[in-house]
Amino acid sequence: MYDRIREKLNILADAAKYDVSCASSGSTRKNDNNGIGNSSSGICHSYTEDGRCVSLLKILLTNHCIYDCAFCVSRKSNDIKRAAFTVDEVVELTMSFYRRNYIEGLFLSSGIFKNADFTMERLLRIVKKLRLEERFNGYIHLKTIPGASPELLIEAGLYADRMSINLEMPTEAGLKLLAPDKSHEEVKKPLGFIQQNITQFKDEKKTGLIKHVPKFVPAGQSTQMVIGATPETDMEIMYSANEYYKNYSLKRVYYSGYIPISYDSRMPAIGTQPPLLRENRLYQTDWLMRFYGFEVQELLNPANPHLDTDIDPKLSWALRNLDQFPVDINNADYRMILRIPGIGVRSAQKIIQARKFGKLRSDQLQKIGVAYNRAKHFIKCADSPYLLREPDAPHLKNLIVAESSSKYLKTPQNQLLLF
Amino acid sequence: MVTFVFDGSFEGLLTAVFEFYERKPGQVQLVWDKYYQPLMLEESIEIINDETKATRVWEGLKKKLDPQWLQTFYKVHLAEDAQTFSDMFDFARYIFDNPKGAEANFSNEHVIALSKMERKISRERHRMKAFIRFQKTADGIYYCPIEPDFNVLPLVAKFFKDRYADQQWIIYDVKRRYGLYYDLTTVQQITYEFVSNIDTRKVQLPAELTDEKEELASLLWKDYFNSTNIPARKNMKLHIQHVPKRYWKYLNEKEGKN
Repeated sequence: MYDRIREKLNILADAAKYDVSCASSGSTRKNDNNGIGNSSSGICHSYTEDGRCVSLLKILLTNHCIYDCAFCVSRKSNDIKRAAFTVDEVVELTMSFYRRNYIEGLFLSSGIFKNADFTMERLLRIVKKLRLEERFNGYIHLKTIPGASPELLIEAGLYADRMSINLEMPTEAGLKLLAPDKSHEEVKKPLGFIQQNITQFKDEKKTGLIKHVPKFVPAGQSTQMVIGATPETDMEIMYSANEYYKNYSLKRVYYSGYIPISYDSRMPAIGTQPPLLRENRLYQTDWLMRFYGFEVQELLNPANPHLDTDIDPKLSWALRNLDQFPVDINNADYRMILRIPGIGVRSAQKIIQARKFGKLRSDQLQKIGVAYNRAKHFIKCADSPYLLREPDAPHLKNLIVAESSSKYLKTPQNQLLLF
Repeated sequence: MVTFVFDGSFEGLLTAVFEFYERKPGQVQLVWDKYYQPLMLEESIEIINDETKATRVWEGLKKKLDPQWLQTFYKVHLAEDAQTFSDMFDFARYIFDNPKGAEANFSNEHVIALSKMERKISRERHRMKAFIRFQKTADGIYYCPIEPDFNVLPLVAKFFKDRYADQQWIIYDVKRRYGLYYDLTTVQQITYEFVSNIDTRKVQLPAELTDEKEELASLLWKDYFNSTNIPARKNMKLHIQHVPKRYWKYLNEKEGKN
């Protein structure tokens, strides 16, 4: 008797899984209406066998869609099973999972049926029912449907914690190639509109004129680009990401390695390995931009349009800029310490605190948690030996690659090991 | 070298710090009575818990430590680990013997030891927030047995109280034989007797004790867990790193995978 709901869930969770965002942090919703739930912490309740976090119940309302985007599994021309949840089914499923502590909340997306407003209105109905009738204060990530009317978007923003709309392909040209009906323009419009309102609600709160300013998309907006379906360079991808971070104050850009789901000759064939290593390097670059004070132009530029595969982007940068090293741990400013390969944010902060108590030695750096084998080539501390000759970049690279065991082995990880 | 023997409690540890400054015995090591083996030529002093003495030390720490570090100091005793107790004893003396702010010295071994243990405990606390899987019982209480590495239940009580304010729940630590029960107003500590009608060694409640919708909810969760996986990206090493095997028996989505 459970068959129908089980089949629906299987179809609509399977169709939603290519959206990689699963963040549940950054919101501040409290359980102050004697209801259930709060959203502040960001908890991954489980991890799938592919190592991705499961934090939200991520489903489509329906996988019926009027569009025919070549990269999308729910495209109109694809011969797959279709299904649709009712409003009540989604609400019940969310509550039943949430009460058992399976999830942090709901990630709701949908194929476009009939038209944009019709779809957005249905999504909105679910979110309102959760917030108003179930008094649900858990996390809600809601997809912005391109082309939906401003009134619907404003209303959605009052109930959702995060909203997102996907760029799909890193460049306009790439998108046009695979989805002629779509354009980056129609992504920019709602992104900008919601961003404006986020700022406006925040300003109203600051002035203090209105007593209770409601929350409006408190966890901000995010977007996603599919990597490897179209022939963009890493530079094009990251410059595009950088532009969206700057212009729309996005909280996150997600990079999703394309998983072949179609026999379309414009894209990688079914069975091709998804570009997991490339995806990883892009995320590393993204982190360097957001947390390590790097400008994207330092990491990628016309002379270096692609990220190295054998070493990470921070090490690449250091090797290209050896004139800035070695950095003296006991004198350098925080900004420069953060740029040393093998030192992360936590270690850098600890170094700044600890060196007030005396000059730091290498053994102390190791205890603090610095990846010393890597960092040692780029630093000077109290007991550093005096080097007669400065090492050159290729030499140093070989040295580091030889003594580190990469987590990306020569064989792809989803291949079985024989021994 | 003098050996202080104490009972492994937080109060005992604070009392030991007090005794150290009271007696000024010179070189001291702190040993948990559980692991204490008397040696012939060694002087040992049994620490007798004393609330007044413990409070004085606690108040002293409050004055000298940054509030975050005061919490760290409390948290690490939940590790129930002999080495950590000894680190705490040394750390407290290091703090009292140095000017204010000494806890920021990450080149000091006691500071590092405590901050490392604090991370371990915080990770375990975070895992409890993530890996608790409630089963709804026939009388409407949400129940979960669990076996945390460290005694972290006190650290998650507020989280679950705030989040699940409108439902009754029980989280039971099978290893330490005590639990938390929230009755819609307060969280109380409960003993084994409270859940004596349940076989706490078994993770799954028998069908006759569960709510009629429990089976479906659990089934749908397992379905969802499988559907949301992308086989082309399979990476079991990462999977196990995030969900260590010792927790699998408490996770319904991993049922039968052990």
